[in-house]
Amino acid sequence: MTRKSRRLILIAACGSVLALAVGLILFAMSGSIVFFRSPSDIALQGIAPGTRLRLGGLVKDGSLKRGPDQNVDFAVTDTNATVAVQYKGLLPDLFREGQGVVAEGVLEPGGVFRADTVLAKHDESYMPREVADALKAQGRWQEGGPNKAAPKPATAAAADSTLGPRSER
Amino acid sequence: MIVETGHFALALALAISLVQMVMPIWAARSGDPALRQIASQAALGAFACVLFAFAALTWAHVTSDFSVQNVVENSHTQKPLIYKLSGVWGNHEGSMLLWVLILTLFGACVAAAKNSVPPRLRANTLGVQGLITFVFVLFIITTSNPFSRVIPAPLEGNDLNPLLQDPGLAIHPPLLYVGYVGFSISFAFAVAALIDGRIDAVWARAVRPWTLTAWCFLTLGIAMGSYWAYYELGWGGWWFWDPVENASLMPWIAGTALLHSTVVMEKRDALKVWTVLLAILTFSLSLIGTFLVRSGVITSVHSFATDPTRGVFILAILILFIGGSLTLFAWRAPLLRQGGLFAPISREGSLVLNNLFLVAACATVLVGTLYPLLLEMLTGEKITVGPPFFNSTFVPLAIPLLLIVPAGQALAWKRGDVLAAAQRLFAALAVALVIGLAVLALTWGGPVMAPVGIGLGAYLLIGSALEIVTRARGYGASRARSLGQIGRRAAGLPRSAWGTALAHAGVGVVVLGIAAQGWATEGLATLKPGQSLTTGPYVATLDRVAPRKGPNYEEAAAYLTIRTRAGDEVGQVETGKRFYPSRKMAVTESGLLTLGASQVYASLGEIGQDGGVGLRLYYKPLVLLIWLGAVVMALGGGLSLTDRRMRVGAPTKAKARPLPHAVPAE
Repeated sequence: MTRKSRRLILIAACGSVLALAVGLILFAMSGSIVFFRSPSDIALQGIAPGTRLRLGGLVKDGSLKRGPDQNVDFAVTDTNATVAVQYKGLLPDLFREGQGVVAEGVLEPGGVFRADTVLAKHDESYMPREVADALKAQGRWQEGGPNKAAPKPATAAAADSTLGPRSER
Repeated sequence: MIVETGHFALALALAISLVQMVMPIWAARSGDPALRQIASQAALGAFACVLFAFAALTWAHVTSDFSVQNVVENSHTQKPLIYKLSGVWGNHEGSMLLWVLILTLFGACVAAAKNSVPPRLRANTLGVQGLITFVFVLFIITTSNPFSRVIPAPLEGNDLNPLLQDPGLAIHPPLLYVGYVGFSISFAFAVAALIDGRIDAVWARAVRPWTLTAWCFLTLGIAMGSYWAYYELGWGGWWFWDPVENASLMPWIAGTALLHSTVVMEKRDALKVWTVLLAILTFSLSLIGTFLVRSGVITSVHSFATDPTRGVFILAILILFIGGSLTLFAWRAPLLRQGGLFAPISREGSLVLNNLFLVAACATVLVGTLYPLLLEMLTGEKITVGPPFFNSTFVPLAIPLLLIVPAGQALAWKRGDVLAAAQRLFAALAVALVIGLAVLALTWGGPVMAPVGIGLGAYLLIGSALEIVTRARGYGASRARSLGQIGRRAAGLPRSAWGTALAHAGVGVVVLGIAAQGWATEGLATLKPGQSLTTGPYVATLDRVAPRKGPNYEEAAAYLTIRTRAGDEVGQVETGKRFYPSRKMAVTESGLLTLGASQVYASLGEIGQDGGVGLRLYYKPLVLLIWLGAVVMALGGGLSLTDRRMRVGAPTKAKARPLPHAVPAE
């Protein structure tokens, strides 16, 4: 085998693996990305039912209803608009009315959001960032405002890597 | 007083690391080799200083010295001692100090190591290591001082985040940091080689033990973190593809590629420029990981009070090291003498393929991790790239990679024989296929990918057994005739051969564990005492719910009895909700019952007024294999580290003397 053909094989191998990786990324990008929406976005934009998305806001006061078999209904609000959420499963430890929450799931034709994942904060002094930003956009939340419980977020940071945002869940 | 002395020791470490950085350069300019020796002594001195600083902070935590801000924010008098100790790194300042402690420890090890690293290379490596130490100590002193005082001192501290009050905190961060930071040595070696403009098999042999050590610890650290998240979060999942996990996975993948390309460089004197680039990329990914986790761009239990100056500082460090080293690479790499090209069908050829797939897989993880951040920065649009993305990018790249693992081992260096390799692998492939089909038939109607995964895992396990058998049997005329002879020869194989086979078998075990999760089941119900919930082959009966008290928490515990569907009792499980009054925070403690390598996993939900409790029950078949496999991988790496070759220098390529090929091709 000549030097030239060896080099050619090497380049071809690199090229094809690279093309495969790029192809896979582009393919996955088109189908598996979930967008974040606030209740106002849903009210204004008219999102097609069946779209998978992340809904973030505050759990509306007095909206939490526990049904049989761990079925839970609650409403997520950004004070301008409200979306009803249905969820079956265990709620996170720090899920509270009036607190920030992010729910991932599908918007159903009736306007009800069917969540399969509910994330709350992992610390008393923490608000999911997406929710904080969305509320700031509505002018309803200020840094260090009453929604922030502790004077200084003493969120303990472990040096580990995997506990991560899942602890919000 | 101890606290102030600790602070002073840290400042001293800053000055010493500056000396460590400058001396090798001065030595090169003045041509006085005695100056190089100072770099080694400086590395030891910097370690001693940082160790003292770390001990001082630990002292403050253990004695609950609430005049120190860091202790106030993260400790409590009633916190058990183990969490007072591990709480030292359960916060931003302390964890950065641990980072630097390990960094200087590695520097001291390089300085003290008795292996035959050329003095010039060693000094330059220590110099680069000194620069890293300097920058990170500067970062701690200017933005994250763990020793700052509070006046007046409060009587009680805020306690540690309850999620972190777990033995996992004592083990996971140090393991992970040794891995992360260990790659700084590979990086320092690479940059030293670029500065020198020369690189050879001696370099490869010098750097390999460090890469291997870092890789072993990173493997264990990631596995430990995964297991911790699995039992602590009550979700029953073992990997979530979230950014903090990816931050540790990326250097691991790149480090794995580096490990394999270094072998090629050592054996065949090829892939030099590529290996140097990989060493730079691996540590760069460690730094990116540190940035992602520590800067607050991703909110997680790992991030801390988002102080913008810290994020900017880490970003500056990132740009300095990644930008600087890549610029140096672009400038100096053309000077490195390139090794020859080699046959595509050979062991080195298959290792190149391994590197290609690893780097491509690493790139998909990088894209999936950074894309949401970049998109938000550029357009303000918030998106989540979750498991579906990684399952459809990473997994298709990982499967061919796993298929070529035994193939590489079956091929000889230089010129491999496809036919002979295929013959050797045929047995593994056939047995794996039979196993896969048998499992598919037995579980007909279940998930299809699970039997495929079982077959793949079996293939890897048989493949690694074949590695040893084939090598022990020998080739051609010296082929062993009897089983006893094979056994004796196998025992005589170098430890690195056993290490490689063991590590590859570990990958197989992990794949088996992952594949078996296809059959995992879960159940959800509201239970009152006496009622049961069934999932998979097991039935859990709620016996009672009772309060109990821990050192710094109150707990409502649910006691469950697990029986088979036939009614035979297999064990008891307790799951609870703990409430930590000092933080006013509730945490669910999941209950685990280990049955062989499988687990029954119970997680407690809301406790209703009527005495009914929400309960989620998972059956996780063979789930422990995922982490045991990782431990086997790390053991393989450790075994390889004890190989004689790691201690002796690489053979010098003297013109008069041909390369001694006493060590059979690995």
